[in-house]
Amino acid sequence: MSKVLVVTSGKGGVGKTTSTAALGAALAKAGKNVVVVDFDVGLRNLDIVMGAERRVVFDMINVIQGDAKLSQALIRDKRVETLSILPASQTRDKDALTSEGVEKVIAELREKFDWVICDSPAGIERGATLAMHHADVAVIVTNPEVSSVRDSDRIIGLLDSKTERATKGERIEKHLLLTRYDPVRAARGDMLKTEDVLEILSIPLLGIIPESAEVLRASNLGTPVVLANPDAAPSRAYADAARRLMGEQVPMTVPGEKTGFLNKLFGRRVA
Amino acid sequence: MSFFSFLSRKPTAAIARDRLQILLAHERGTIGGNSDLVAILQEEILAVIAKHVSVEREKVQVKLDRGDNFSTLEIGVEIPPGLAEKQAAAKRAALRAS
Repeated sequence: MSKVLVVTSGKGGVGKTTSTAALGAALAKAGKNVVVVDFDVGLRNLDIVMGAERRVVFDMINVIQGDAKLSQALIRDKRVETLSILPASQTRDKDALTSEGVEKVIAELREKFDWVICDSPAGIERGATLAMHHADVAVIVTNPEVSSVRDSDRIIGLLDSKTERATKGERIEKHLLLTRYDPVRAARGDMLKTEDVLEILSIPLLGIIPESAEVLRASNLGTPVVLANPDAAPSRAYADAARRLMGEQVPMTVPGEKTGFLNKLFGRRVA
Repeated sequence: MSFFSFLSRKPTAAIARDRLQILLAHERGTIGGNSDLVAILQEEILAVIAKHVSVEREKVQVKLDRGDNFSTLEIGVEIPPGLAEKQAAAKRAALRAS
């Protein structure tokens, strides 16, 4: 059965697109049929992070308006054959993304893929609510920082009240993905700890992605970090998170960059 | 002096956590998905209490807290001073009369 997952956060710049690309690639590497869908109309970026920016011919709005078939707009990843991307439109007319149109496209994607991963735009406007509307599962990307935690709380409220599942009285599965986490600074008391964020937001933890230079290196290359450097700390953290999404029980750790003293100290189980 | 100032620097994460907890407890009640429910509950609970005791509007607090598996509804009603004593006195009077 296929699952629709929304990667959302409220706040911008916390790592939604990076996480969409990494989780999508990790699930696809595990043999699942995955499509990553960019909902950020006018500011599309999933294509460039995935290295598919020069292969975009049609986008989701072309499909909605009947100018292209879905199969024409889908771009097959060149590294993982079970991974595809559906780009957002660069049009300035955001109203072109209609709720009926999105519903039709999502329904069609559900038939073709095991996982439909929707990369939400920042904010709580139309684009964000449309991206979350059909979701069965939500991944809330949060930085250990006050503004990000506050916005995540707001988004959780919207997920529980405005999505299709919520209006039907059904539960929407919610998971916290803590990104840009620095275990050393958290231990020193200068960064919110995982437990602090979990206590405030009270949703289950999907994974902790450590702050790492590898993430920027990967986006420079246009390759999801799990493909660019599978052994890097953030890659292992994303791979573990993907396994948890598939229902596996994986011990929660913050993977360290090297096996130095501090990483041995802080790379242990945390939740 | 400033070279050693890092030694006296206090950790800030606990302050961040406390500020967030206070802010979000407030925001969850006033904005977001459940604001209508909280407002309706506040009005109706106030009406029920007002039938028996005269309380001021702001003395009835209704708070909805989101939890992992369930949410809790917290209702706080501040009873005017002297009410408990008045009731006890009324009870004693009734006992004496019987």
